[in-house]
Amino acid sequence: MTTTSARPAVTPPAGTRAEIPAKTLRTDRWWLEPALTVLGLTVWLAYGLVHIAMQRWYFAEGPGYSYLTPFYSPCVNNGCVPESAHFGRFVPDWPLIPYALLSLPFLLLFRLTCYYYRRAYYRSFWLSPPACAVPDGHKAYTGETRFPLIFQNLHRYVFYAAVVISLINTYDLILSFHGTEGFGFGLGNVVLGVNVVLLWAYTVSCHSCRHIMGGRLKHFSAHPIRYRAWTFISMLNTQHKELAWITLGTLALTDFYVMAVAADWISDLRFIN
Amino acid sequence: MGALRRFKVWRGDKAGGQLEDFKVEVNEGEVVLDILHRLQATQTPDLAVRWNCKAGKCGSCSMEVNGMPRLGCMTRMSTFAEDETVTVTPLRTFPVIRDLVTDVSFNYEKARDMPAFAPPSGVAPGEYRMQQVDVERSQEFRKCIECFLCQTTCHVVRDHDENKKAFAGPRYFIRAAELDMHPLDAKTDRKDFAHEQQGLGYCNITKCCTEVCPEHIKITDNAIIPMKERVVDNRYDPLVWLGRKIFRRDQLPAQAPAPHPVVAPRQPPPPRVGTHHIPLGVIWHKPQPDGLEAEVGPDGKMPLTEVTFDRAGAASPFGDNVTFPLPPDSLNYQHPKSDD
Repeated sequence: MTTTSARPAVTPPAGTRAEIPAKTLRTDRWWLEPALTVLGLTVWLAYGLVHIAMQRWYFAEGPGYSYLTPFYSPCVNNGCVPESAHFGRFVPDWPLIPYALLSLPFLLLFRLTCYYYRRAYYRSFWLSPPACAVPDGHKAYTGETRFPLIFQNLHRYVFYAAVVISLINTYDLILSFHGTEGFGFGLGNVVLGVNVVLLWAYTVSCHSCRHIMGGRLKHFSAHPIRYRAWTFISMLNTQHKELAWITLGTLALTDFYVMAVAADWISDLRFIN
Repeated sequence: MGALRRFKVWRGDKAGGQLEDFKVEVNEGEVVLDILHRLQATQTPDLAVRWNCKAGKCGSCSMEVNGMPRLGCMTRMSTFAEDETVTVTPLRTFPVIRDLVTDVSFNYEKARDMPAFAPPSGVAPGEYRMQQVDVERSQEFRKCIECFLCQTTCHVVRDHDENKKAFAGPRYFIRAAELDMHPLDAKTDRKDFAHEQQGLGYCNITKCCTEVCPEHIKITDNAIIPMKERVVDNRYDPLVWLGRKIFRRDQLPAQAPAPHPVVAPRQPPPPRVGTHHIPLGVIWHKPQPDGLEAEVGPDGKMPLTEVTFDRAGAASPFGDNVTFPLPPDSLNYQHPKSDD
């Protein structure tokens, strides 16, 4: 601190990198994770698109139950079965318009702009980079600074929409206990319930939610309740990746269960009525 | 006597080089850096490798082992199969000096560009009081040992050298987050700085920095994403803008934000009204010396490293002539007695 040395002017030489011809020297199976991601997301998207395009087997009703799959909730198309349309029917019935027109685009955008899914598809579909210390497959790179990727910054808004959709899914769950002849309880309620709980966990563990609830504060000590909320969300947030994949699974599983009951491939296991 | 294992080590300088094969003894419990030292002692006395503490705390022996950026001293030989060839190369992102030693001054330049902690006005050194919950987020980032593994693995500069000008890298995003979350930092334009000067938008959160961090700092989840969200608050969120317009006009940015001086003008602390109990002998208005700004070179900037400077680290935001710790008798503080 006290000695004063001569201070030569430093002009770092325009250096060159070490000449290593191999693009990557990694010897582990770094390609496995991006490959599995491509496989998982493609299979899920294909399944979802097929069932959404079918426009049938989305609502199963019996004496003690009425199950509506999350892929068709809220059902607002004129083609919807009247009992499944909890919020009215006002969208023209046309084969290319999904029955859940009001929710599906937002759900897709919520997952598309999600900080975890961004990591997943940038690495796998876009190869930018496919794995750490493996060169990315593009000549130029500007990240999320320009159109269209600058719109990733709107994640927060789709999060608000996702909260509304989670509320609608919860409402569907409550209605699912009620059939043509009154209250009932069956395996379908359990499937729908698990899905709703996990969807809430995924939605709440979102990085934007963590920021809104408390992360944006500078003084946690002045906001004890928001600090508690932030702590809770931070705990869930560490599992955001796992929740992202688990909810893809439960969404598909729930949808398939409702489809199977609606198509009479299986009958719903009843506990009460 | 341990087993002989196969190694490939990059030898060369900026004029060129190649991977050279070695067979070298490996004993139980050794790490890659031990093997490089054995190579120096037995086969290649002129092998250049930077190292210091051998305990994963100095951040000197950063290298790439089998293609992954790692600390040589923290990579155990037991993690490799006995018949596996271990390849050791210098950090790919930075210019090579010789063998495994690279010129990491890119990082020091980015560090110099980062505005230091801005002392709050009206609070003298020694008067700072912070609660643990307010500083613990920043404390995670203080674990950084500056090994620059995150910088070398980040594809934004690793695969695109042209981005080095615009992109500061993960190490300086955690610095930005550390200061922006600091309860006493007086600078208000850190979000804009991160966005405009550091190139936060270049990051596409593929989390390689978090994967390679030897201190296990959650760089992406706890620093980069929160900083991105803070930038969204400032720039992309009309709801926040509208809320400030209506309720919190004080948070609206000024039309022409004045650059923060390196050393904040010191004002006497505000009079304390209704203080519960003032211990005897404390002089609240003890004058504090005004700090002097650090000397800068002809380019108007501080020298880059401690090699060319008379001290390790950046200039003190409190002034070049203020030394810490302050002498206890000049502090505006008296520890409460136990019978109080």
